[in-house]
Parts: sequence; structure tokens; C-alpha cells
Amino acid sequence: MTRPLLASALASIAVVVASLPSQAADKVKIGFISTLSGPSAALGVDIRDAFMLAVKLNGGKLGGFPAEVLIGDDQFKPDVGRQLAEKNIKLDKVNFLTGFVFSNIMLASVPVAFENKVIYVSPNAAPSPLAGKQCNPYFFAASWPNDAYHEAAGQHATDKGYKSVYMLAPNYQAGKDSLEGFKRFYKGRVAGEVYTQLGQLDYSAELAQVRAAGPEAVYIFLPGGMGINFIKQFVAAGLSKDIQLITPGFSSDQDIIRAVGDSMLGTFDAAHWALDLDNAANRKFVAAFENEYKRLPTVYASQGYDTALLIDSAVREVKGKIEDTEAVRKALKAAKFQSVRGAFKFNRNQYPIQNYYLRVVGKDAQGRIVNKTMGTIFKDRGDAYVQDCPMK
Amino acid sequence: MSWVLILEQTLNGVQFGLMLFLLAAGLTLVFGIMDMINLAHGSLYMLGAFFAAALVQATGSFALGVLLAIPATAAVGMLLEMSVLRTLYERDHLSQVLATFALILIFNEAVRIVWGSDMPLSTPAALSGPVQLLPGLAYPAYRLLIIGVGAVVAGFLYLLIARTRVGMLVRAGASNREMALAMGVNIRRLFTLLFGVGAGLCAVAGALLGPLLAVQVGMGENILILAFVVIVIGGIGSIRGALVGAVLVGLVDTIGRAFLPMLFGLFFQPRVASAAGPAIASVLAYLLMVAVLYFRPQGLFPARG
Amino acid sequence: MQRAAILAVLALTLAFPLAVQETYYLSFASRILVYALAATSLNLALGYGGMISFGHAAFVGTGAYVSSIFIAEGLTSAWIGWPAGVAAAALAALVIGAVSLRTRGVYFIMITLAFAQMMFFLVNSMKAYGGDEGLSLAGRASTGMGIDLGSDVAFYYTALALLAAAVYGMHRLARSRFGRVIQAIRENEARAEAIGFPVYRYKLACFVLAGAVGGLAGVLLASHGKYVNPNVLHWTQSGTLMVMVILGGVGRLWGGTLGAAALLGLEDLVSNHRVDWLAAVIPNYQQHASLGVGIVLLAIVLFAPQGIAGALERRRRA
Repeated sequence: MTRPLLASALASIAVVVASLPSQAADKVKIGFISTLSGPSAALGVDIRDAFMLAVKLNGGKLGGFPAEVLIGDDQFKPDVGRQLAEKNIKLDKVNFLTGFVFSNIMLASVPVAFENKVIYVSPNAAPSPLAGKQCNPYFFAASWPNDAYHEAAGQHATDKGYKSVYMLAPNYQAGKDSLEGFKRFYKGRVAGEVYTQLGQLDYSAELAQVRAAGPEAVYIFLPGGMGINFIKQFVAAGLSKDIQLITPGFSSDQDIIRAVGDSMLGTFDAAHWALDLDNAANRKFVAAFENEYKRLPTVYASQGYDTALLIDSAVREVKGKIEDTEAVRKALKAAKFQSVRGAFKFNRNQYPIQNYYLRVVGKDAQGRIVNKTMGTIFKDRGDAYVQDCPMK
Repeated sequence: MSWVLILEQTLNGVQFGLMLFLLAAGLTLVFGIMDMINLAHGSLYMLGAFFAAALVQATGSFALGVLLAIPATAAVGMLLEMSVLRTLYERDHLSQVLATFALILIFNEAVRIVWGSDMPLSTPAALSGPVQLLPGLAYPAYRLLIIGVGAVVAGFLYLLIARTRVGMLVRAGASNREMALAMGVNIRRLFTLLFGVGAGLCAVAGALLGPLLAVQVGMGENILILAFVVIVIGGIGSIRGALVGAVLVGLVDTIGRAFLPMLFGLFFQPRVASAAGPAIASVLAYLLMVAVLYFRPQGLFPARG
Repeated sequence: MQRAAILAVLALTLAFPLAVQETYYLSFASRILVYALAATSLNLALGYGGMISFGHAAFVGTGAYVSSIFIAEGLTSAWIGWPAGVAAAALAALVIGAVSLRTRGVYFIMITLAFAQMMFFLVNSMKAYGGDEGLSLAGRASTGMGIDLGSDVAFYYTALALLAAAVYGMHRLARSRFGRVIQAIRENEARAEAIGFPVYRYKLACFVLAGAVGGLAGVLLASHGKYVNPNVLHWTQSGTLMVMVILGGVGRLWGGTLGAAALLGLEDLVSNHRVDWLAAVIPNYQQHASLGVGIVLLAIVLFAPQGIAGALERRRRA
């Protein structure tokens, strides 16, 4: 090779090297994709609002570095969610992916993250396959294992001695998980186990079947708009007078209460968090959320807030060297932050171990309809799938 | 399997069918007389629901909101007819399909820009509870209202078509357009009026179904297909056909949805039964259409002789 | 001048992967090629054959699902999975076409739509293959010829080659006896029948061919994203393909390709590249891209029914 050619070759290599991204990060890029439109938008909006609140209270930073949150709307469609995930990961080169509400959309999208070694921190969906056999080092659940609320509700139904329970859930992974979870702890008779269409809004046919079956209680897993419609139609059909409604925590939460109103009073539900949980982080969170958004937060919001705090603690722990994915993973697993739910620790499959409480829908001191904590159903519960997970 | 259950599911099917009828009636007339495939019909249904939701919020009264939504949607419908749709009458079906598909996109986004992706709309408090029809059957009052309104509108449409001059012109136009034109009917005005009536009917359906389903962008697409199935079954251009077709489809869909999973549940696991059941139930309406077309290619009550 | 322009475009498409560094844009370009193939196949049935089929997405989806199921079950060779996908789509087209083509006009549209919806619900209920969540594939099919389809560059060239072959095939077909008969049928079916052509058989053949090529596009689509979802079969997807065809020019050789490039390019441009003054006037305009698409489509149908290809041709003649 002649001299000038060699020189120019070296020079171009130097230019290329110089233009490569510098080693330490100067900001944290988050890809946030959630369901922000449609009847179930309230869920994604709550997670987003709480996440952004946490970032704001941190001065617009995560772990001490400026945070850039790219927000996308999956429109409740798995293929849209996946496309957005691809864009976030391949074009925007985000450091973390988060946000999905629904596990079907999440399961369609996270393979892109896993393939590209991008960590996904889930503010909600935590389905059983990823807790057990398909557990993945790049998946962290900052919420609760999908079955957990349902197991707790099933335990409550057993404790209360309901002789028969009729169950409904949508026909997708989380739906299946939910009823499996309920049956794991409910020892009475299952009067019916019905799977409805995901996104279904008219339950007249199913309600007629419930009436014909005549159970003591009905357990539903119908998040978002589905739950709102079911509960309204349940009451309209006169079934709420004779049949006790039990739901997982989010199906009786603030968004549903806002839409349904007084007819929710007296509904029992199970959750890992409540507005009245007595710890400093929670008191700060609830007050700040209500101040900023003029409404009370749901469990979804609490999870979104915790997700941001978790990521913040991890970035802080690795002192900004977020390209070292292994170090970030270790930091996330250590979970050194003050969660609004109280103590927070991860199981070896990167799903949380925590308490689950019994709540009832009642009125608070100011006469607002809220969920009040009645007692603890489970203490330090993990999940039923961890033994299948090969991760340490 | 009790009589109460069968009665309740029948009522559910009739309720759904009557709402389908409101959509199908406008669609069949437009197609039958103007020979135009209008995919944007579902968008008028969506518009009716959004108008109702917005007006109920503005006026605080459910009845007022719904009633005002009707002329609002009819006005939009007539404006649409006079501006864009009129140019499509003479064009081929493909152009009509594409142009009205474009209108679906435009309406969806326009509604999203004006009102957002969805709006809340609740049943009026007075009708949120059940009515004791029989001992053991407390049927939702609101659904009874829908059945009532649907029946009244059907009766009104029948009177309009069969007993008035306008109705006679419509029937003439449906059975032979060229002849009607030749006899001096003011086709332009008739078409616009017809379109307005169709849009108004869509508004009633949208406003009434809003509290039961959800008022959201894109709600028109799903029900549009079923409306087309109804008019193909009933016979294009025939109101009677639309009514019979709609109630048939409503019953088949509801009873299929309710009993097929049960039937499958006897043989398969719940999760399989619940996947196959609703899937086949939704397909039942299409199978019904294919079957009807096989025996009666023009539908059950064809308008054209 | 004309020749030079064509050569430039050709050189660009061939050299594109080597010039572009971002895998995202290469992936995007491949996506355009795949949709171009799907739209071209629809153009065959719609533009040349005059058959308004709202069920075309079903054939694309069948190709996508069948080829994906082969990979999911462990049969990763492209030589098995891909022809299987195409064959399945052709079979579906044969069955659906045989029944539907006995009807005309709106009944034909409705029946094709009904069948497409039936396939959609069928696939949606197949929980073994993901159901509503869709099916994620571990990898693309293997060709065993030293071409690693996992590489985005190799995939791009494969898709390009298949699209080129399809367009060339359509070019020859349009000039062949079969092609002329089909176009005669489209222009005046009664006359073609009177002359003595077995119209039903010709239409069915055209329909099946279009379905088969659509299936090939579906195979590529699933392979490209390593993911398939029941929405691919939904009737609104047929609508999107139709939009591409009309945009590009219905009945014209390059209609499908130009339409796919225009629609997808426009959508990407609007969503990913902010135009600040526009954002000042209409905030969030990027989330309302389909409004623009709808308006453009309406304008084309009303004022320029020949689409982009037609406009280019008029420019050349003038």
C-alpha cells in the first residue's frame, strides 16, 4: 500500500473511532411503550404519569443523569407494540425498555429487547412463563407475579367460606394465569370457569349464564374497560344483590371506581399495595400524585413509580456506566430503593417477594370512595413457578 | 338449561339485532337506491356515539344528549353526501370502496383530534338497575329501553316506507332507479334526505350502544361488517329484509356465543372451549350469510323484482 | 433522460444496503419490498383481473402463518417452509375463489370479506400458535446454500430478487394470451363470455395466482419481523393493501411497488421526523398520520384515479 493511501486509511479509522459513542453515558434513555388509547387507556396513562412524576421529583434525572423518556402508544395491539419496541431499540438505542400494561402485547414485544440485550423492567405484566421455564436475565418485574393477586383472592374466598364461585377472565396468558392462581388457593366448588374475548365489552350473554348458575360469589379478572363494563352490567342485571363480587386489586381500583361509582361499595379485592399503606415513600407518593394530577393513584401508578425508582437506584449504583449490562443487572437485582409498598426484594427469577393485603371498597375520611386495607392475606410470598427457573 | 336462561339470551339477541337493524336500514337504502357501497357508514355510527357523549356531558341530561346527537349526525351525513359522496354515484364500485375507506381513516383521526380516543358515556342513573320481568329474571332496564326504542323506530320506518309518499318514492327508486328518474322524481333531494335519515339512525344506534360497549375511535369498523352481512342476508334495498336479517344475526350471534362454549365445554377443556366457542360463534353470522346466498342469491327479501 | 433515471433508481436499490449503516433503515427498506410484493399480488387480482377482493389479507396471512408454524415446529429449512406457505395460500385462494367467483359485485366483495374474517377468527383461536399474542420465531428460515437469511443484508437482496421476479412475471403475463383474456374480462365480462372464453376458469386462475404470490409476500413478512400476528389477516389490512395499489396505480405494472413505497415512506416520514412549523400549528400531528393518508387517498380516488404510476406516465407522454 502506498504511503498516502496508508495515511488516509489510518486517518479515516481515527475519524471513525472518534465518532463512536463515548464510553460512559451522559444520559439515560428509556423506551416507554404502553396502552395510552382505547377503553383501557387509564392503566397505561397512570403508569406513565407516575413514572414521569418520579423522574420529575428527581429533577428530571435517573440515577443522577438526565433522563430522556420516549413515550409510545401501543393502541392495545401487539404488532404496534412490537414495532415501537423495534424502533426504540434499533433506531433510538434506548438503555431500558418499560411500560407495557398487557402481557400479550408485552410478550410480543420483549423478544426484541432480549435479542438485543436490552433490559426490560415491567411496571405491570409479569406472566408465569417468564417466571418459570422461560425466565430471562433481561426481564425484571417491578410489579407482582401475574398469579399473585388471584392467589390472594382465592385464599380470601376460602377464608370466607364461599361454597361456590363463578370465574371469568379474558382468553389470554394473563387470564389463564389468573384463574389458575385463584384455583390454587380456593378450596370450594368452581361453579363456572369462562374465558371471554380480550377486549369484549358486552357481557349480557355471560351474565345470563351466571344468573343460571347461581353461585355465592363471582371472581373476575377483567382489567381496564372490560372490568368497568362488566361491573356496570353486573349491577344493571340485578345480580349484585345476591352475589358477592370479588376482584383482584386493580379491578376495583380508582379508575374503575371513577367510572362505576357507588355500586362498587362493599367489593372485596386483593393487592400488594393500598393508598393507606403506612410508610414514608408511600405518603410522599400519594400526596405528590394527587397534587400533580388532581386524582388518586391506582396500583398501576404505584408500580410505575416504583419502576422509575428501581431504575434510578440501579443507575446510581453503577455510577452511570449503564453500557455494562451485567453490572446494571446486578444493581437492579439488589433493588436498593424505598418502595411505596414497603420492603422490596427480588426472588432469584427476578420477580418480587412481598406481602398481599385484603382491601375493601369503602369511604375514606373525606367521603371519597377508596380501597381500605383490611388485613394481610400473604406474607413474603414469591410465586409458584420459581422452581422451574434455571437462573441463580 | 332453564327457560329463564333461554328467555334472557333471546332478549339479548333481539336487543343486539335491533341495534344492528338501525345501522343496516340506512345502509341498505343507500346501497339499494343509490347503488353505492358506503364503508363510512360505520363512521357515522361512531360520530353519533361521540356526539351523544359530548352532548350528554354538556347538557347533563342523557335523553337530551341522545336526542340532539341525532340531528347533529344527520347534518354531517347530509353535508358529506352533498360534498363528497355525490361524485361517487356514477363511479364504479372499486372507487366507492376506496373513497369511503379513505373517509373511515379521515373520520377516525378527526374524531381523535376533536374529542380524543374515547369518551365516557354512562347509562342514565334511572335506568342503571334491573326490572323484574319474571320471578328469577331481573333484566337490565336499559336493555329493555333499547329494545323498545328499536321496535318503535322499526315501526316508524315501516310506516314511512309503506304508507307515505316519500316512502313510495324510495320504494320506486329501490326497485327501478331509471324509471323513477324518468317519472320525474327529484332524485338529488331524495338522496340527500335519505342519507340524512340513514345517518340519524346510525346516531341512535351509536348513542344507545355507547353506554353498553365503549365510545371509542374505531368502534364503527367491527359493527360495519356485521351490518353488511345483515343487508346481504336480508336483501339489498329492503327494510323488511334488514329487520329480519338483523334480528336473525343478533340471535345467532348471541345464542352462539352463549351456548357454543357450553356445548364445546362438554367435550373439551375450558380454555379450548372458550377459544373455539366464541371464534365459531362470530363466524356463525358469516356462515349464515353464505348459506342464505346459496339458496337465495338475492337475499331473503330482494327489493328489485 | 428517462433511461438514465431508471438506471439511477436501479443502482440505488442495489447499492442501498452497502451504503446504509443503520440496520433500522435497512430493515425498513426490506419491509417496503415485502409490502410491494403483497400489493403487486393484489394488483394482479384487482387491477388486471378487476376482482375487488377484500379477502386478500387472508392469503398473505396464510403464507405468513404456515411458514411460521413450520419454523416453530423445528423444520427450519426455507426450502420446505416457504413453498408450503405459498402452497397453502394458493389452496386457500382456490377454495375461497371457487365459491366466491360464482357471485358478482357487492356479493363477491362480501363473501371474500366473510371468508377472510373466518380465517382471522380461526387463526385467532389457535392458542397453540400464540393466538392473539402472535407467534414469535426464534430465527429466520435457513437456506442451506450459504446464504444466511438472518443477515438483514441477505434478506434485503432475497426480497428484492423475489419482487423483481414477480414484477417481471406480471409484465410477461400481461402481454401473454392469458393476460389479454383477463383484461378483456375485466373490461367487459359479458362480451368475453359471448366470445366463448371460460370466464369463470380464467378468473379463478388469476385469483389463485394472486393468492399464491400474496402468500409468498406473507412468508417474507413473517420472516422479516420474525413475528406473525392474527391482525395480518384482518380485513382492514386488505384495505391497506388496496390503498397501496390505488396510490401506486391500479392495473399498472409498478403500481404495487410505488404504492407501498409511497405509503410506508410517508408514514415513516410523518411519525419519525418532526416538522417543527407543522407541529406548531397542529400539536401531536405525528400521531394523526392516517388523517393525511385518508385525505391523500380520497384526493387520488376523486381526482387522480391512475395513481402515481399514471401520473408519471402522463408526464412522460406530455
